[in-house]
Amino acid sequence: MGLKRYLVTRGLTMFGVLMITLLLTISLVGSNMDTILKQGIIYQVRAEITENTTIAQGFNNPEEFEKFVQQKIDERVKTLGLDTPWYSPQRLGYTMYKILILDFGNATFLTSDSGSSNVGEIIFEKMPKTILLFTTATIIISIIGILLGAASSNKIGSKTDRMTSTFAVISSSFPVWWIGMLMIFVFAFVYQIFPARATPSIEPDDPGYILALLYHMALPVITIVLIGFGAWAYLVRNFMVGIMQEDFITAKKTIGISKKKIVYSHALRNAAPPIVTILALSLSGSLGGAIITEAVFDWPGMGRLYFEAISVMDLPVIIGSTYILTVLFLVSIFIADLLYGYFDPRVRTSS
Amino acid sequence: MSSVSTQEIKKEFLKSKLGLTGIFILSILILVSIITISVIPTSTFQEWNNPEKWISYPKTSVPSWVNFLSSDKIPEHKIINPEVFQSQENGIFLTSQQFGVSFEYDDFPSDFIFEMKTKYTDSHLVQIKVIRPDGITLEFLSTSLPHSDNETIHNQRYFSTDSMIKKNLNTYKNNFDFDFQVGTTEIIFSELYTNQIQKGNYIFIVDIYGIEKYVEVLESKMILGGKAYGLMGTDELRRDLAIGLLWGTPLALFIGISVSIGSVVVGLIYGVYSGYKGKKTDEVMMRFNDVIYALPALPFLIILAVTISNSIFLMIGFLMIFSWVGIAKVSRSMSLQIKTRQYIEAARIMGQKDSKIIFRHILPQLLPYAFASIAISVPAAITTEAGLSFLGLGDPSFPTWGQILHDANTYGAAAQGFWWWIVPPGILIAITGLAFVFIGNALDAIVNPKLKR
Repeated sequence: MGLKRYLVTRGLTMFGVLMITLLLTISLVGSNMDTILKQGIIYQVRAEITENTTIAQGFNNPEEFEKFVQQKIDERVKTLGLDTPWYSPQRLGYTMYKILILDFGNATFLTSDSGSSNVGEIIFEKMPKTILLFTTATIIISIIGILLGAASSNKIGSKTDRMTSTFAVISSSFPVWWIGMLMIFVFAFVYQIFPARATPSIEPDDPGYILALLYHMALPVITIVLIGFGAWAYLVRNFMVGIMQEDFITAKKTIGISKKKIVYSHALRNAAPPIVTILALSLSGSLGGAIITEAVFDWPGMGRLYFEAISVMDLPVIIGSTYILTVLFLVSIFIADLLYGYFDPRVRTSS
Repeated sequence: MSSVSTQEIKKEFLKSKLGLTGIFILSILILVSIITISVIPTSTFQEWNNPEKWISYPKTSVPSWVNFLSSDKIPEHKIINPEVFQSQENGIFLTSQQFGVSFEYDDFPSDFIFEMKTKYTDSHLVQIKVIRPDGITLEFLSTSLPHSDNETIHNQRYFSTDSMIKKNLNTYKNNFDFDFQVGTTEIIFSELYTNQIQKGNYIFIVDIYGIEKYVEVLESKMILGGKAYGLMGTDELRRDLAIGLLWGTPLALFIGISVSIGSVVVGLIYGVYSGYKGKKTDEVMMRFNDVIYALPALPFLIILAVTISNSIFLMIGFLMIFSWVGIAKVSRSMSLQIKTRQYIEAARIMGQKDSKIIFRHILPQLLPYAFASIAISVPAAITTEAGLSFLGLGDPSFPTWGQILHDANTYGAAAQGFWWWIVPPGILIAITGLAFVFIGNALDAIVNPKLKR
């Protein structure tokens, strides 16, 4: 009962958040969206009429012609429902419904690599690359972090421990994107080891594309790992230190189990729940941070798409990507919650 | 958690090396801010994006201290003020401006410009020459100020790239043993026998001859174009990076501290109230808290900056929206513990108002935690603002560190090796963040003694 109820409340909250996010995004960009759409219609109608010369010939004076054009425009605006403002309940409901079923419409300026301007297609083309980059980086970070954290909790106050803590504090003070700029400067220009732009220059259907992508991915991954693993190690260390003070560990020590074994098998297993939870959370967190990181490395993922959409004010893309980013974020929070509930029985039993 | 008194915190804090380092860095940053605000004219940051202001500065030049580190001396960009002498002879009134330069570098200057603002009537003749270290005088320009019947104020610039100068220098061709197919400065600053730098003192003389009257020189300077300038060098738009970095300091502190204080105060009161009230109120308030927590912050900050405004004050508000949530959660759980204590019960039974109980009895207990949170949440605010500025969404009327990095990225500073444009802003962001992290960690260790073990 406890867990079910917990999950239902969480799920409802998440859905509520999703709706609020959508509503907020639409209300922030809605009025701009209308202006752009209306301009698009005017342009479209005029183009259609001028193409068809017979219509223009049917009029005696330009005023009448103008009137006809205006009438056509008004008609079109009405059929699309643009005559009511964006905040009218029907339009708001309709827009939200369309977004909910992942129909984001067409992008105003941006296109996918294959040339499609369907927002959904653009996003689903970019998303795997973002997930590839950040999942790889997060996995490497967590492996290094857990090993280093366990090692430093094994010998508190040792050189490794102090260096890990110092590195954690210092590295997390630097912005990732700044380190990215430095890395590009050093490893792409001073020593030309890695490419400066992370977008592979060969076509996606080329057989060597995956290799090229991995090679281009190296510099961003190294940068993200460099900035991230210190904080992870520090976190793991602190969990472990907490667990090492528990009674059962003391008991194991008195039995005579070697400290190394206690740290790496018993304590680490008990530190797993919070670690896994944080893993899920940091994955979602990194997706938000992707915008700046991808802008620096020019990585062809969601973050860069988002940034490009903002800089040209491509509103359908902005709304679509915000929605997808929020969904990803919420899903990972939800998974983190699930895992936490699964690992920590206290959450299940107490309401 | 709450039993630590202010006195104890102070005592413990003074023992913490980390905390003291943090305070030390922070006081330097504050000192720099105060000096910047009081000494550097505010026009420098108001005109940060006005190219007109920076025209006499060099383009992307390295900091001048680089010359101390390398044996090859890069020519420094110099802005030289003249010594003015006046004399008259046979009704000819001569105003002579002398610009002395000691040139000890291993590369030719890129160019030079004479810039002067004069007030005169009638015609005036201008002659420019240079006396070189080897004693040779090169007269390279003879021209006149435009004729004017009335008293007029005239701005004039003479560029070394002027074709007249090159033509006049050609008359000295026989003195030099090398081909004259090089730039003006490469002739003027060259040895006679080969095209190499002649080091020593050069005197550039601008003579203005007037009939019956002296010309009145209102402003005058010579700009000797070099590849090194100032403490921090300049960027692609010729801006003195030292000034941008200096102004960035008070701005970063202002943004960081106001965001963190704002969000801690809001989070604290929200959390404590929610925890103290309990039941339905608590439930509703915490659901709202969850909603804000689950909003992806960066995308929203970007949309807010693009659609509403990127004014620095509004940005501070936007950043606060996303940063009070965690503090509210923690302070709620703390107030849940505190409210069960007997003296709170007693106060309630005595009929004290809720607001009084919260502000008198609960909040003061959380103050140590609040101070630690303020210090700990400053770096995130600074880096987030810098990140937004880096994306080009910063307030254009203030030169922040993030914007300097944005410009560096736009102009491809990494590709062209302009390290002095990239490295200092990032280091400053990190140092400022570190100062607060140090202070915050030291406070945290005192407030939460559990971490000390």
